[in-house]
Amino acid sequence: MRSMKETIAERTFLLSAIVSSSITLIIFGFMLFMALPLLSGGKILRILSSAWSPGNGSYGIFPMIVGTLAISFLSVAISFPVSIGCSGFIGILGPRQLNRYLKKIVQVMTGIPTVIYGFVGIFLLVPIVRELAGRGSGMSVITAALMLSVLISPTMILFFNDSFERVPRSYLEAADGLGANKVQKLVYVILPNAKKGIIMGLILAFGRALGDTLVALMIAGNATQVPGSIFDSARTLTAHIALVIAADYESIEFKSIFACGIVLYLFTTAIVLGVRYLASGRRKMR
Amino acid sequence: MKRPVEQAITGFAWLSMAMLLFAVFSVIGYLFLKGYPSLDTRLIFGDTAVLDALLLRKQVFNGLFPAAAGTLVLVVMSVVWAIPVGIATGIYLAEYASARVKGVLNLFFDILAGIPSIVIGLFGFALAVFLHKNFSRAIQPCLLISSIALAFLVLPYLIRTTQMALEGLPEDTRLGALALGATKLQNIFYVLLPRSLSGIMSGVILAIGRCAEDTAVIMLTGVVATAGIPKSLFSGYEALPFYIYYISSQYTSPEELLTGYGASIILLAICIVLFSAAFLIKKRLTYIAFYRS
Repeated sequence: MRSMKETIAERTFLLSAIVSSSITLIIFGFMLFMALPLLSGGKILRILSSAWSPGNGSYGIFPMIVGTLAISFLSVAISFPVSIGCSGFIGILGPRQLNRYLKKIVQVMTGIPTVIYGFVGIFLLVPIVRELAGRGSGMSVITAALMLSVLISPTMILFFNDSFERVPRSYLEAADGLGANKVQKLVYVILPNAKKGIIMGLILAFGRALGDTLVALMIAGNATQVPGSIFDSARTLTAHIALVIAADYESIEFKSIFACGIVLYLFTTAIVLGVRYLASGRRKMR
Repeated sequence: MKRPVEQAITGFAWLSMAMLLFAVFSVIGYLFLKGYPSLDTRLIFGDTAVLDALLLRKQVFNGLFPAAAGTLVLVVMSVVWAIPVGIATGIYLAEYASARVKGVLNLFFDILAGIPSIVIGLFGFALAVFLHKNFSRAIQPCLLISSIALAFLVLPYLIRTTQMALEGLPEDTRLGALALGATKLQNIFYVLLPRSLSGIMSGVILAIGRCAEDTAVIMLTGVVATAGIPKSLFSGYEALPFYIYYISSQYTSPEELLTGYGASIILLAICIVLFSAAFLIKKRLTYIAFYRS
């Protein structure tokens, strides 16, 4: 028979698990509850697809959705080739002595606060972009995307490297036996076998770019128009939440912020589900 | 493959690495170059004597002391909320949950880990508004609300690292005490937890680092530009990351901006030390824990 103590302990652990997992649902529930008046009828579609001009009573978040996607895609597009190159370097191409230290540097990079990237971005990157663009303030889609690409590349590199290391040793030894050199091993053995891991790393890095607030808030310029070019200023959903928060609690303006929250939450959930789907496929393959 | 193509690939790898290092070191180098003149005790304590400030005998007006104190109190409070729940949940997942339950809970925690911090901040803000309207007029965005929201933010990290540390223990470690007649609970507390302490510690350190650097959650839940040393759980407070954000847009003089650089260097140093420590304790565990497949 199990003692009281055992049962109480198990119940306590179970209770903690219930409490912490319900937080995931409570957050979503709260967002829905706060945005409730907007969700009835066709209002939600109008919010998602129209422009933001509170003066005219229009509280659409369409420009912010476009801004978020533009900045995130661009930062992933910039960071992906560099990250593949870096993980190829750390994984196999670079000198082994050096690689130990490089990997440490990349690990430590994951710890650099995003507010620091934003701060340095304002004073270092923004003037450079302003010169290059020859117009505007230098706070633009490309500025934020460049800084974000530095922010997300450690995520990608570490994840890529991890999937490189999971390529079975025997494959590499077979390639060695056939006289393959390092580059051939990377291109013909490692990359094809790590394809799923690479896609997962990409998706996760995209999620990281999507969810970041400070970089876009500080250096993307926060204009509420749909950006027409990469040198235009734009506002992300995350920055929008941070900027509008001071409004009156009962206003539609305030409620529309929670629509932003819901959109971000759903993006995140889609990303998590996508990665889990890929991961489960990988497990079945073995 | 043709020889020039191979050389091009190798060259590209070197170039990528060089670009990454250039980017990182220009960020860090720029901060130090601009900020090093500010690094002395005046940066933190302003014109107040160090001892007076530390003993809270005098208020510090033009230094980072209130922000640093705010960050410290905030981090300690958030971690105090998150550690018991996080570790207990990790134990439940690793030792008690059935495969089905585990699958469902893992999905929940994956989503929780992926929610952007500003959304968690927004939740904290909504919670404060809700409590303000329905329970007590005294409740507004404050230190308590911030610390609870931050605890939500770092909870998945603690759960993951605890769960992975426990699951990573070899089977014979797991069975030894049980074979000697120990109960499941005794086994967990006397054998499994002590053995996975380093993994759990790395999770705690990472959680501290995340709490210290996060700006998005606190800017919606109660941080303010000037508040002095935090006096009560229900008041506003200052914090280092928010100070950096605030200075970057609101600075009025070169001296103020210089304090911003100084604050950035201090925050960067804190985070780099914490993250290095976490990686030193557990070499692989930490980042796999976030991006577990």
